[in-house]
Amino acid sequence: MSERLRVDPVACTGHGACADLLPEVVRLDEWGYPLLAPGDLPAGLHRPARRAVAACPARALLLDRLVEPGPGTGPGQTLPGQLTGSAQDRAPQW
Amino acid sequence: MADLAAAAGDLTGRGGAGFPTARKLRAVTDAARATGRAAVVVGNGGEGEPAAAKDAVLLARSPHLVLDGLHLAGRAVGADTLVLAAAHAALPGLDRALAERGDRARVRLVGLPDRFLAGEESALVSVVDGGPPLPRTKVPPVRERGVGGRPTLVLNVETLARLALLARGDDAGGHTLVTRHTAGPHGRVTDVAEVPVGSRLADVLPLAGARAVLVGGYHGSWLPTPVAADLSLDRDSLACAGASLGAGVLAALPADRCGLRETASVVAHLAAQSAGQCGPCLNGLPRIAAALELLARPAPAPHGLLDDVHRWSGLVVGRGACSHPDGSVRFVASALRVFAPELAAHAAGRCSATTAAPFLPVPGGAR
Repeated sequence: MSERLRVDPVACTGHGACADLLPEVVRLDEWGYPLLAPGDLPAGLHRPARRAVAACPARALLLDRLVEPGPGTGPGQTLPGQLTGSAQDRAPQW
Repeated sequence: MADLAAAAGDLTGRGGAGFPTARKLRAVTDAARATGRAAVVVGNGGEGEPAAAKDAVLLARSPHLVLDGLHLAGRAVGADTLVLAAAHAALPGLDRALAERGDRARVRLVGLPDRFLAGEESALVSVVDGGPPLPRTKVPPVRERGVGGRPTLVLNVETLARLALLARGDDAGGHTLVTRHTAGPHGRVTDVAEVPVGSRLADVLPLAGARAVLVGGYHGSWLPTPVAADLSLDRDSLACAGASLGAGVLAALPADRCGLRETASVVAHLAAQSAGQCGPCLNGLPRIAAALELLARPAPAPHGLLDDVHRWSGLVVGRGACSHPDGSVRFVASALRVFAPELAAHAAGRCSATTAAPFLPVPGGAR
């Protein structure tokens, strides 16, 4: 089982607590909103990630449990990768 | 259900996203079965894009075809509630059509506010539920939890009409509606046409003397005229040029207009129409719009402004609850590609346009 962080973009107010508590996979953009490293959460970061989720004042940071590993997260891939806005790997929509 | 999904074949949604209709039908049927709750079907006539008119024309000319499709879709997914949502101006005509078929008790009509995002799936669901026209995050998706928290099938009104045609074996099921904007002797001419999917774009839209072609509307792409001339109106051909038909808007920009000026006024509108809920969209689109306003002037722009636009564009993509930021920066990126020579001319203080009159329709006019 793997885990993946997700931001609820409507709820997020750019408080920035997530980047303080989880700098390994969260950085802030120039307006103070979080950019997440793409892919699954590295195994060693489970506890700090839970802390960051709990600390978000807007309850906008979410940790999803995935039964199947997501795409693009094959073995040997190191995280964090390139941090870009389009790299959040959102669930497909219609 | 199997019958309608089979009849739908490879029909794709005509509201803009182009999602395969048969898959939607199956997904909502499955969600209704899994949750044990009857599904809702919403016909989406929310045509918020100022350049699009085909859904309004369809609802005015052939409301019964749309209502036929709504009933078929409802039966296919086992829905007990049917909703048809459209601009307030369309409601009296739709109410007459419902009365003609004795359907007033079966179909609920909902009026939509005149906002770009009112037709966005989750915003539409919110309006149907009596809320504001604001998108929400897509977890859980509307197909699982939509109107009243129930599994909800949202289909564009033209998609419903195509379903009705396909279900009765009519060839026009394979056609598509387009809204065309071309230059006439007295300014812009806008009309709606029904054309076969796969038509040559050049046969549908007169391209003679066009500076560039807009395909897919304000979330779509500018294309150089010679590129557009070689394309056909189907998913694969358009995808080769990085375009998609979107909600069917086509425009041939006359040679006497400035593509950067047109783009700037459209993007100002897109920025103003952001729901303002998601930080990156709220912060990014107004900055991009302001930069484009400077780049649209025949004067040197501040150093690094173009780099800023590219960086801001990267920062808004994929970070909204809906696809408004993504679609808006796709439009911007295509303009910066196609109008690169004009950017260079502007930087040197020149503009090749001979009139400043706006071509593309933008509410409130160009700034």
